[in-house]
Amino acid sequence: MSPLLEVRGIGKTYGSVIALRDVSTAVNAGEVTCVLGDNGAGKSTLIKVLAGVHRHDTGEFLVDGSPVRFSSPREALDRGIATVYQDLAVVPLMSVWRNFFLGSEPTVGFGPFRFLDRRRGRRVTRTALAELGIDLRDVEQPVGTLSGGERQCVAIARAVHFGAKVLILDEPTAALGVKQAGLVLKYVAQARDRGLGVVLITHNPHHAYPVGDRFLLLKRGRALGTYEKSQISLEELTRQMAGGAELEALAHELRGVSG
Amino acid sequence: MTPVTTAPAADERLRSARLLDRLVLRPEIGALLGALAVFAFFSVVTERFLSTGGVATWLDDASTLGIMAVAVALLMIGGEFDLSAGVMTASTALVTAILATRLGWNVWLALLASLVFALAVGALNGWLVLRTGLPSFIVTLGTFLALQGLNLGITRLVTGTVQVSGMRSADGYSSAGFLFASTFTFGGTAFYVSIVWWVLVTALAAVVLLRTRFGNWIFAVGGSPVSSRAVGVPVTRTKILLFMTTAGAAWLVGSINILRFTSVQANQGIGLEFQFIIAAVIGGCLLTGGFGSAIGAAIGALIFGMARQGIVYANWNSDWFQLFLGVMLLAAVLVNNALRRRAERVRR
Repeated sequence: MSPLLEVRGIGKTYGSVIALRDVSTAVNAGEVTCVLGDNGAGKSTLIKVLAGVHRHDTGEFLVDGSPVRFSSPREALDRGIATVYQDLAVVPLMSVWRNFFLGSEPTVGFGPFRFLDRRRGRRVTRTALAELGIDLRDVEQPVGTLSGGERQCVAIARAVHFGAKVLILDEPTAALGVKQAGLVLKYVAQARDRGLGVVLITHNPHHAYPVGDRFLLLKRGRALGTYEKSQISLEELTRQMAGGAELEALAHELRGVSG
Repeated sequence: MTPVTTAPAADERLRSARLLDRLVLRPEIGALLGALAVFAFFSVVTERFLSTGGVATWLDDASTLGIMAVAVALLMIGGEFDLSAGVMTASTALVTAILATRLGWNVWLALLASLVFALAVGALNGWLVLRTGLPSFIVTLGTFLALQGLNLGITRLVTGTVQVSGMRSADGYSSAGFLFASTFTFGGTAFYVSIVWWVLVTALAAVVLLRTRFGNWIFAVGGSPVSSRAVGVPVTRTKILLFMTTAGAAWLVGSINILRFTSVQANQGIGLEFQFIIAAVIGGCLLTGGFGSAIGAAIGALIFGMARQGIVYANWNSDWFQLFLGVMLLAAVLVNNALRRRAERVRR
C-alpha cells in the first residue's frame, strides 16, 4: 500500500535562497509524522509545499502514489490534505459553529433563496466536537472567547469532519501552556486513531515524541535524518534537535567563559 | 456541608452572566438604547416631534442616509471603507440627469446607464484595493476626489453651470418618479417612498448578513482575511461585491434625489461619506471590520434623523447637532471597543 503522502528528494528555492533541499519522507494512514527543526530549518517551506501554498522546484510529491503539483490550497484540500495553521486557523469574532463551517456552509432552499442551515450547523458542530472529546456548552460563543488549545481543537475537528485524510498541523502547541498543549496532543492522537495521516510540525521534541511514529529532522533546509520511533529515543531526538555536537561545543565554550 | 450548598448558587450566577454576555454581544443593542433615549428626549421637549408630520420628516431625513449607512456597514464589516460613497450619490444623479435632459434618453434607460456606471466604479474601487493591497481609506479617497472633479468638470462642460435640471420634462419621469420619489398617505400624512426603500434595503441586508453564506463570508473577510482565504472563502470576490453594493446603494439614493428634486448640484454629496460611516459605527460596526449589524446601521441613521430634526423642532441652533454627533460617536466607539475586547478576549 502506498503512503497517503510522500515526498522524494523535494526542494524549493526562493530566488537565490535555497529554502529546502533533497528532503524525503512519508505519511501513512493512522500514523503521525513529526517534522522537527529550529527556526529557519525549512519546516514552513515544507508544509507550504504540502498544503499547496507553494510549488516544489525539484523532487517528487506523491499523493496516494501519484505525483501532484498543487496550484492552490483549495486543490490540496480537495485531495484531502487539510492544514491547520498556528495563528490563522479561525476568525476570532465569529461564533464557533460559523467558524466550523466557514467556506463550506450548509444551506437549505434553492436559487436566490438559499439560506444558512443554522440548526444543522450548530448540531453538527456540537457532535463533531464531541466526537473528538471536546465539550463546548455553547457553539454560538465567539471563537475568541475559547482558550488557545480549544481553538486549535475546533480547527482540527473541522478538518476531520470535512473528510481530511491528511492533517497538517503547523506548530499547534507553540503558543500554549503545558496543560493546553497536552490537550491538543490528545486530539492529535484521537485524529490519528481515526485513521488520518498527521503531519505535526514542532520544535519541541517533548511534544513530538509521545504522539509521533516517524520523525523528520530538518536543519538549514536539509534533512538531518528520518527515524522510526523504534530507532530513536527521546534523549537522542532532543540531542539531535538541539544541534548535537554543536551544543556540546557550546557547553564547553560556556564552561570556558565561566571558568 | 458548606461547599455542597454554595455549588449550585455559583452555577446559577454563571448562567445569568452568560445570558448577559449573549445580549451584550448583539452589536445593535447600544444603538437601540441610544435611539430610545433620543426619541424619548425629543418627544418630551418638543410637540411637533411626535406629530405624524414630524415623524414623516425625521423618517425621511433618516431614510436616504439609512440606505447608505446599511450598505457602508456591510462594507465595514467586510473590513473596508468607501469614502467615495457620498460623492457617488451625486455622480449617479448627474449621469442620470445629463443623459435624460441633454441627450433626451428615456429616464429608465438613463437610470440603467447610471447603475452600470456606479457598479463599474464600485468594482474599480474594490479591484484597486485588493490588487494593490493598499488601505481602502486611501484608494477610495482617490476615487472620491476624482469623482468630485468629474462631477464639476463634466457638468460645467455640458451645461455651462454647476447644476443639471429639467428632469420633469424627460420621458418616463412620472413612472420612474413613482417608484423612487412618490409619497404615500398614512394616517392623513404624506410619507416619502424612500422610507420604504430604506426598510427594504435594511431587511435585505440583515437577511443576507445573518442567514446566507455570503453574509458569513462578509464577517469572515473582515474578521480575518488570511484565515478566510485558507479555508476557501473567495476573499477578493466578496470584497469587490461589497464595494459594488455600496456603489449600488449610492445609485439608489442618487436616483431618489434626482427624481424628487428634479435637479442636482454638481457639488452635492460631499461630506456625506463620513455621516454614513458615523451612522454605521453608532450602529455597532467596528472600524477594524468583522463585527457589526445592518439593523444597527439603520438605527444609527434613525438617531441621526431624529436628532437633526428634533433640534430644529426644539428651536435650537443647528450648531448643537454637531456637538451631539460628536458625543454620540465617541460613546459608540467606546461601547464597541469594550464589546470587541470581550469577544476577542483570549484565555490561554
